[in-house]
Amino acid sequence: MTIRKLMTALLASVAMTTTAFAADLRIGLQEDPDALDTDQARTFVGRIVFESLCDKLVNITPELEFVPELATSWSWSEDAKTLTMQLREDATFHDGTPFNAEAVVANITRSQTLAESRRKSELSSVETVTATGPFEVQFTLKNPDATLIAQLSDRAGMMLSPTAAAEKGLELANEPVCSGPYKFVERIQQDRIVLEKFAEHYDADSYSFDRVIFLPIPDTTVRLANLRSGDLDMLERLAPSDVAGVQADGNLTFASAISQGYQGITVNVNNGARSETPFGQDARVRRALSLAIDREVINQVVFEGTYAAGNQPFPPNSPFYDQTNPVEARDVDAAKALLAEAGVERIAVEIQAANNPVQLQLMQVIQAMAAEAGFDISIKATEFATMLQEQTAGNYDATQVGWSGRTDPDGNIHAFMTCEGGLNDSKFCSPEVDTLLNEARSAIDPAVRKEKYDAANAILREELPIIYLYHQTWLWAMSNKVKGFTAYPDGMIRLSGVTME
Amino acid sequence: MLLFILRRILIAIPTLILVSMFVFALQKLLPGDPILVMAGEDRDPEVIALLREKYHMNEPIVVQYLYWAGDVLRGDLGISLRTNEPVLDLIASKLPVTIQLALMSMVFAFLIGIPAGILSAVRKGTWVDWLANLVALSGLSIPNFWLGIMLILLVSVNLGWLPASGYESPWVDPWKSLTTMIMPAFVLGTALAATLMRHTRSAMLGVLQADYVRTARAKGLRGRVVILKHAFRNAVLPVVTLSALLFGELLAGAVLTEQIFTIPGFGKLIVDAVFNRDYAVVQGVVLCTAVGFIFMNLVADVLYVILNPRLRTAQ
Repeated sequence: MTIRKLMTALLASVAMTTTAFAADLRIGLQEDPDALDTDQARTFVGRIVFESLCDKLVNITPELEFVPELATSWSWSEDAKTLTMQLREDATFHDGTPFNAEAVVANITRSQTLAESRRKSELSSVETVTATGPFEVQFTLKNPDATLIAQLSDRAGMMLSPTAAAEKGLELANEPVCSGPYKFVERIQQDRIVLEKFAEHYDADSYSFDRVIFLPIPDTTVRLANLRSGDLDMLERLAPSDVAGVQADGNLTFASAISQGYQGITVNVNNGARSETPFGQDARVRRALSLAIDREVINQVVFEGTYAAGNQPFPPNSPFYDQTNPVEARDVDAAKALLAEAGVERIAVEIQAANNPVQLQLMQVIQAMAAEAGFDISIKATEFATMLQEQTAGNYDATQVGWSGRTDPDGNIHAFMTCEGGLNDSKFCSPEVDTLLNEARSAIDPAVRKEKYDAANAILREELPIIYLYHQTWLWAMSNKVKGFTAYPDGMIRLSGVTME
Repeated sequence: MLLFILRRILIAIPTLILVSMFVFALQKLLPGDPILVMAGEDRDPEVIALLREKYHMNEPIVVQYLYWAGDVLRGDLGISLRTNEPVLDLIASKLPVTIQLALMSMVFAFLIGIPAGILSAVRKGTWVDWLANLVALSGLSIPNFWLGIMLILLVSVNLGWLPASGYESPWVDPWKSLTTMIMPAFVLGTALAATLMRHTRSAMLGVLQADYVRTARAKGLRGRVVILKHAFRNAVLPVVTLSALLFGELLAGAVLTEQIFTIPGFGKLIVDAVFNRDYAVVQGVVLCTAVGFIFMNLVADVLYVILNPRLRTAQ
């Protein structure tokens, strides 16, 4: 055998080992998920894995409408304090435990009572849940809660096998048992999570892959290189700077959806001594900063035009977005006039920002724009956990920070803008806004809710405890052999109907 | 010799205790509340209170340390605050990965560094010396992450020869394990090779001027025999010590290289743990790394004695 033959043989065998079975789908994730227990979990990336692993009571459409999954239908009582759900009769958990009303009761109870549960606040309106038939459950609420359906379309509505949950306790995170189209095989932390097809799933025919393998690859360049070399079939959170390259690549396709979250500048208006500045105390100064920022330029310069400019807690694709108040154009003169009105000529503001290149670039663009209006912004690059602590402690002027977003509008605004809200780090407090947001939460009719949110946002637009900047877009890239993928605003990867040529 | 080893092990115990205390204190100095991170985006006050209680975060730092140390003495390194996985299991699953990467990197380092060092010493001042120095300097000055990404783009994306990243255990699929490890091992190995090359070169230069080498040449021995048998054998001592120390450093994990090639080793584990304020994991990994480093120091000392007969009588 000549050297050349030997080399060819060697390279051929290398090439063979890198192509996996056609029935595998390999998905590159940006981070390694946390605990794989729907009650203990807290990361966005974990939800992507749960989407294939666990069925939820309710699902959403790309247009954010609620549709049946494990619950086939539901109805509200007249006083909006009782929710009755009919359940599927043909669903089974991966360990063979049948899915029924008792299982739902066990799951909701676990979410509410497990000490480590992160779902308590999501289900706080639920007084009791009872099995009113073998496949019918009834939620009795302490107060009307329009957000409940949305909660049940996410982790709080994901069903774990009650048998496995009782047996394993907290250890369930290391070997989750749900009822989704794929079941858990193995997890090697920071390396991979492997799921295989659950043949007894009621909708098994819609899922074409034998295995789904999630590979956490944090570096965006390396994640894309893996897709290009064929080591991945699909990746989530493509970097905006790579979009043009992917679109030009004949072997790849691209999908996007505006996310449900937002990014903005949270201002310390009432959280301790550091709020006592003209920036914290005088809304005109905050409006001046908002007017000094060109949000479209930010989108073009920092995000290659892939994101959506924003001025509200809800993204433009949300039914609750206020169409009558679109993003304002930049107006430096108006900003200067507002500052003069507030008796300020130039003002120094320190803004914390997460210590990563993208957020810092964003802040530098804002710094340059705001300087023209009279703001001397100093950027304090801070590691995320530290930033969060400084923010809750009130040790900040302002923070560039965001929120991943929730399907129900309440999740994007209530905890941030009500006086006692758990995430209200600016400590903004307006009884009027409190009333509006509480009413919006308890009204079941979407039209009534929309009115309340519009009214609350009108006040917030004047007060600006959060200066909204933009809405991130979820960006996926995949091999063009992957067909049938639908982009959802929640950033999840739903594999129903997805195939590989 | 046995006495010597025993004594060194005993000395290691206070070192380990100091290391663990130091790391524990350093972690507490880190700003950022771990409980806030663990509570998740929603920051439910009830969850926060519970977690503080559960992980003894309400207690003074000394008490927290004693809780941890007490568990360690019972062989329990705690569970990961992030995923609930026992820290001992995590270490057991990452250690083989890191050792494999370290060994393969050392192979590259030896294959490149030692011949280059010998050649450049023997051919001092010629183009060979210059070339070897240039390569060594490049190995030291090219950042690992850059070289890593360039290699991925060239070898995996353009040529399609090797997988771009990832890891497979050699017990599951030896060939795949080898192919995923070649690039990261090469990247790490080139940086180490540079250091090895410089040390081999200077040690060889010293030895080549020694009287016994001139005598060996005068006896009419062939150049290769003089260099490899007489000169190199004596020049190898500092190189051995250095290699053992370099290997010890590799056991701490190659943070950037592991990140780029997505290798689930110690480096990735510890960086992720620090950012997530996963104290239990940081403590466990640092302790384990310290043990590894001390062990490699011991190995270096023992090898030194074996290789240098003069030190044997001194014992």
